[in-house]
Amino acid sequence: MLLGPSLVLSAILFSIGVAGVMLRRNAIILFMCVELMLNAVNLSFVALSTAHGFTGQVMVFFVMTVAAAEAAVGLAIILAIFRHTKSVDLKTMNLLQG
Amino acid sequence: MTEFVFYTLAAAAVLSALLCIVQKNPVPSALWLVSTMFALAGIYVLLNAQFIAAMQVLVYAGAVMVLFLFVIMLLNLGHASETDRKRGPVVLVAVLLAAGIAAALFAVRDTSVASLAARVGAPEVASSPLAALPGAGRVQSAEAFTNPIASIARPMFETYLVPFELTSVLLLAAAVGAVVLAKRKL
Repeated sequence: MLLGPSLVLSAILFSIGVAGVMLRRNAIILFMCVELMLNAVNLSFVALSTAHGFTGQVMVFFVMTVAAAEAAVGLAIILAIFRHTKSVDLKTMNLLQG
Repeated sequence: MTEFVFYTLAAAAVLSALLCIVQKNPVPSALWLVSTMFALAGIYVLLNAQFIAAMQVLVYAGAVMVLFLFVIMLLNLGHASETDRKRGPVVLVAVLLAAGIAAALFAVRDTSVASLAARVGAPEVASSPLAALPGAGRVQSAEAFTNPIASIARPMFETYLVPFELTSVLLLAAAVGAVVLAKRKL
């Protein structure tokens, strides 16, 4: 059975995504790390659907929809920020800093 | 044989994900993420989720990553910046945090796999994975195994019809929002 190894792989990929969010300042790479974490969660949904029925795969469909919407809006926000600061580095996004 | 393919794909996924987060340049980073997603699509096929594998390639590796690459090219970000990668103690903190999260997820996995094994061991659940679904009595398990699309479509359009319709509103809102945000002047 591949259920156990799949969940381990999912945990590893999620942790790599968290480390990426912690280690980088490029907003686009940060977004890609978030996508990586969403993919890790999708993998655990699919793995558990082998034991629990097909509801997990329906949830993966919804996660993909929300991820696509999030990517579209997030990249539009990055585009708008780039027009202001000429950079996508999180260090330059300090307008609200006291 | 299945296990060998699984572990090959899993190693490819982890390696590509690591390369994705350490690359200086965003373009190779995005391409390594595409590689991770293809490896995950292969794993979905091994887990008997062919529809999700196709969606993974079409939506994630196709649409979403093309959107990322398009923005990278549009903003001319295809070069490394000095302030991008953090240095110093934050690296240690990030690695420790990631290791901690992985350890916590492993702990959850051990309990969940143990309880799942107990459930799957029960004969009626083993014969039909659909038994866990609400309204499972209407779906015949023989059909589920011969037609994977129908076995996903039934819960999606019966039990989860309202959330499915709501995603269309979400996508419309996202499309309109993206246009409004990205436009210079309305």
